[in-house]
Amino acid sequence: MITPEQLTEYHKDILKEIGNIGAGNAATALSELMQKSIDMALPTVKLVPFHEVVQMIGGEETVMAATFFRVTGDAPGNMFLIFTLDEAITILRELTGDPEVDEESILSSEMTRSALQETGNILAGSYLSSFSDFTGLNLSPSVPFLTIDMVGAVLSFGLMEMSQVSDYAIIIDTQLKNGSSEQSGVDSHFLFLPDPDSFQKIFQTLGVPLNE
Amino acid sequence: MNKIMQTVNVKISDYQITKAPNRLKTTGLGSCVGIVIFEPGAQVAGMAHVMLPSSELSGDMTFNLAKYADTALPAMVTELVQHFGIQHNRLKAKIAGGAQMFQFTGKSEALRVGPRNITAVKDILQTLSIPVLAEDVGGQNGRTIEFDIENSNLMIRTIHKGMTTI
Repeated sequence: MITPEQLTEYHKDILKEIGNIGAGNAATALSELMQKSIDMALPTVKLVPFHEVVQMIGGEETVMAATFFRVTGDAPGNMFLIFTLDEAITILRELTGDPEVDEESILSSEMTRSALQETGNILAGSYLSSFSDFTGLNLSPSVPFLTIDMVGAVLSFGLMEMSQVSDYAIIIDTQLKNGSSEQSGVDSHFLFLPDPDSFQKIFQTLGVPLNE
Repeated sequence: MNKIMQTVNVKISDYQITKAPNRLKTTGLGSCVGIVIFEPGAQVAGMAHVMLPSSELSGDMTFNLAKYADTALPAMVTELVQHFGIQHNRLKAKIAGGAQMFQFTGKSEALRVGPRNITAVKDILQTLSIPVLAEDVGGQNGRTIEFDIENSNLMIRTIHKGMTTI
């Protein structure tokens, strides 16, 4: 097995490319859904100690709306779509056409819950299908799980698989942003955290040697 | 002269020991469990933020002791006894965390880690003969906890639920 510490720059570049393709599709899907232009920042691949993972997204105690997917198939992993509460509210108001959506109603209303879960579903689905096209690996997301909670509590849960073999996580992070002409709105994180065994699978299938 | 109170932050997979009037704090406990071990009145306490129940899960030969319940707690107790002169039989514990952040119905054991962490922590404390004086565990929400060594109060902030003290 290859652990995060053993990955070279070359390996990270390949993961970045996977993130790039996946997120490109996801951004297109999100723009179609919201009928506005969504820009995608270049994905980053980070090797980070666990306690820094949560700081990456805005500090342990920051409360955010997170949709979690368990990815199953040839290269399993965990996937998160994370919005700040303001972003989640903006998106939900547009998607549901209900200007009354607020912090309280995100979790309590079935309608807003499912709108947010469905957004995640579309993004995860398009991300993973392009990932599958690129690698030939078969991957599918679970149903979406939504929570609004401290980002540290949410993300540490996603680190469990990796924590069994390492104190570091490899995170393929893509930020989706509103088109440059627009002021407010989307600035979300789309995270993919492959399980430890999955790296080997991904590199093998792409014909990339593990020990460069 | 007044002593200056500091808050000692315990990171994920970490434990810290400090003396009053300092406080111990750890943020964003999800499925992880926060354990405070202290001697009432002794003005010293330790707090651990463990991620996983057992070091047997470790694929590695060398690992961070503070990550696993079964290695973090004995290490912390040994340090309390050897470096701070606390008598083992006077130690007490308070615990919080171990949430099930997502109501997951799949097969992965790793994703059910919250409840497994709680069980492991309680078993290990029992093995160490340390009584659990109070607990706030399980549920579906993240917690931030802060321990006031001077009065042995553990303050817990839970999203959507507010503050409680145990």
